[in-house]
Amino acid sequence: MSIETPQAAEKTSVRPGAWKRLISNPLGVTSVIVLLLVILMSILAPWIAPHDPRYALLDQINASPNATYWLGGDVSGRDILSRLIWGGRTTLVAALIVIVVAVVIGISTGLVAAYAGKISDTVLSWIADALLAIPSIIVLIAVYAAFGPRIALSMFIFGILISPFLFRLVRALAISVKNEAYVEAARVSGVPPVRIIFRHILVVIRGPIIVMMADITATAMTIQASLEFLGLGSINTVTWGGMIEQGFIAIYQAPLSVVWPGLLLTVTIGSVALLGNAVRDALVPGRASARRRRHSVKTPTRTGGAWKKHQDTGPSAFLTVKDLTVSYPHGEELRNVVEGVSFSVDRGEVLGLVGESGSGKSQSVFAVLGLLPEAAQVTGGQITLDGAPLPLDGQGRHRPRRMAYVPQEPMSNLDPVYTVGYQLTAPMRRVLKLSMRQARAHAMELLSRVGIHESEKVYELYPHQVSGGMAQRVLIAGAISMDPELLVADEPTTALDVTVQADILDLLRDLQMERNMAMLMVTHNFGVVADICDNVAVMRSGAVVEAGGVDKIFNAPEHPYTQALLKASLEGAPTRDFTTGGGHD
Amino acid sequence: MTDQQPLLDVRNLCVDYPKRGAWRQKARVLDGVSIDVRPGETVGLVGESGSGKSTLGRAVLGLSPVSEGEVHFDGEDISRASAARRRELASALQVVFQDPYGSLNPAMTIRDTVTEPLRTAGISRAEAVQQAEILMDQVQLPSDSLDRYPNEFSGGQRQRVAIARALIRRPRLIVCDEIVSALDLSTQARILDLLMEIQQESGVSLLFTSHDLGVIRAVSHRVAVLYRGRLVEFDDVRKVTEDPTDPYTRRLLMASPVPDPERQRERRVAYRREFPGAVTA
Repeated sequence: MSIETPQAAEKTSVRPGAWKRLISNPLGVTSVIVLLLVILMSILAPWIAPHDPRYALLDQINASPNATYWLGGDVSGRDILSRLIWGGRTTLVAALIVIVVAVVIGISTGLVAAYAGKISDTVLSWIADALLAIPSIIVLIAVYAAFGPRIALSMFIFGILISPFLFRLVRALAISVKNEAYVEAARVSGVPPVRIIFRHILVVIRGPIIVMMADITATAMTIQASLEFLGLGSINTVTWGGMIEQGFIAIYQAPLSVVWPGLLLTVTIGSVALLGNAVRDALVPGRASARRRRHSVKTPTRTGGAWKKHQDTGPSAFLTVKDLTVSYPHGEELRNVVEGVSFSVDRGEVLGLVGESGSGKSQSVFAVLGLLPEAAQVTGGQITLDGAPLPLDGQGRHRPRRMAYVPQEPMSNLDPVYTVGYQLTAPMRRVLKLSMRQARAHAMELLSRVGIHESEKVYELYPHQVSGGMAQRVLIAGAISMDPELLVADEPTTALDVTVQADILDLLRDLQMERNMAMLMVTHNFGVVADICDNVAVMRSGAVVEAGGVDKIFNAPEHPYTQALLKASLEGAPTRDFTTGGGHD
Repeated sequence: MTDQQPLLDVRNLCVDYPKRGAWRQKARVLDGVSIDVRPGETVGLVGESGSGKSTLGRAVLGLSPVSEGEVHFDGEDISRASAARRRELASALQVVFQDPYGSLNPAMTIRDTVTEPLRTAGISRAEAVQQAEILMDQVQLPSDSLDRYPNEFSGGQRQRVAIARALIRRPRLIVCDEIVSALDLSTQARILDLLMEIQQESGVSLLFTSHDLGVIRAVSHRVAVLYRGRLVEFDDVRKVTEDPTDPYTRRLLMASPVPDPERQRERRVAYRREFPGAVTA
């Protein structure tokens, strides 16, 4: 058997470089070309501009495009094309100053705040908040008024004023990754702090930072143009913002003189923003593919003969699943994550679905519950509850409340905003139409039934105030509050300590017997199966490989996969003996 | 072999964490724990959540501050070692963490991750890569894995990479913190086999924490049981898993279900008789 054959995924043999990935992205290529053209144009302005940008010809005032002035003349009779070419310089220099200042200040202070401890974090955060409270456009206008139209100075100040955005982002991202296991592993490996900060933190969080840098650059261009548009610039400096301002004077005579600089500014700013996204996508590996790759399915092995026998009792069973196939779109085609799965559970019976990750056990159960993700499609099979077929399309809303669900992670399945009591009573009031008082009384009953002694107290608590075991009891209380006839439990004890697990399994067994419920138990733990299940279906790669009564499966497993899984269990494995030199004795 | 000098000697270790939301109040997460690990030996640390088993490993690695007590490594007290001394100790003390998805830098290739400890130690790139290639073989990963990024690997494969990173400086002690608890059963068995094989070849000592007594039993020579920050039992693996003296250890042993319906039925009854729970009606 090969469950985890040590082989890397059969993806691309060699990863293309970041540059190649950027170039293969159409938006990336376009934005790179546009920005390169703008930069080249600005650098080469003295050589490629057909005229002196300040040279005025009286007969070209507000002229339409003609042989002398290809894009026409402005309100003073100067060449619009030449002024566009020269104007790019100001915009680029302004953007460059802002981004350099913002990056230097924002990233370094952000990292210091995340790292150097509480006091510097508090002080830096205060400064950042204070800076954010300052209306930057007013400050900039004041700077222009006090010091005259000095673009470098005003953009330097704007860089400082906008740096808190980067500071906040870097600080938050760095805090979120600084305690990741790989950072600690690097510390244990003796990697010096500076190297850790650059290689293990900055590089990992660079995606959002790059996007924000692009945003800041774009903002800088806009702000610079706005200041010029307000008429704060010098008459001697050619800028796109200034051109728009002057164009406005003659907008009725020569509307094109506004359109040209406006268009160029928009295209440049848009390219900067797009480039940020494209660079992020090219640099951050595996961003497109999900963090954990699941649902990858090889050719499923078909159901063995043993199951068929058990299945014969099926048609009359309370819940029957027959030939269920669940697929996910994968590129053009559909891939089956569950293929031809059949099982059935009767009232008073517990069926265990066992398998390893990717076996399709949870997907099968979600199909029963109608909780499959949006992308999933049930492409075959039938599910009947008490003889009536359940609708398989659509999202869950059509499930009768005769079935209830106990999830794997008790904590994340309680809403942190509401008290335990509220979460228990809300569905009762809505579905059973109970009054607040009736619902409360019922919730108290349920809480003490699931073994919570101080039900009055627990009723008032918020989820973060209870332990994991307690949270699971609360969820079980919620699950039985509608008197379900089928209880579906998806790894209900996996997140819990063993001693708590023993209690929860006891509780589930007692409730199941007391109410004669059918129970479907998903687990990867054969100990849990042995403890609570009557029947068991072993799943692998989306198919049931073997099924039957627990005693039969444990004592005489037929399928090699079942045998291998049982053998992999460490229970009863020999202990090691140090005196004889280690290893299994 | 038993009268050998211990490689790691933890004496009366106490660790405090600041209490959440409280001003200068501390919670004691580890309270006067003393254990030792001999060369070539695996000591298993078992306990439930909040027992302090991970904290013990972290304190040994210098990732958690020691409030009281001492940690002796090869005769030297490293409980309050300077940052510079810690970096030197990296050649002898290594770690493998629980979460296979969080323990590898997603932005670095496997080559960079595995060779980093050597590169930090000033070894040339060519030599480090050569070592990494040998290790890939040892942890049974194909050699072209080095060019790939972590997101192309399964959980078990990532743990193999993490083991390779821990091994590359030929350490004398590796702290293994719940390294198989996120893995499937069969993957888990393979990783444990690999680890024991490596131990036999290299003679590395392991401090192995887990909440799963089955795992602990399979890999450990001696077992320490922790309960709420205190050491309740520390003895040979057979003694602890077959004839424990401490009631909590007994409870832990009996609570974990065995994959045998008949025996489990008997165990359940016995467990309830000995530890009448809150739930049983």
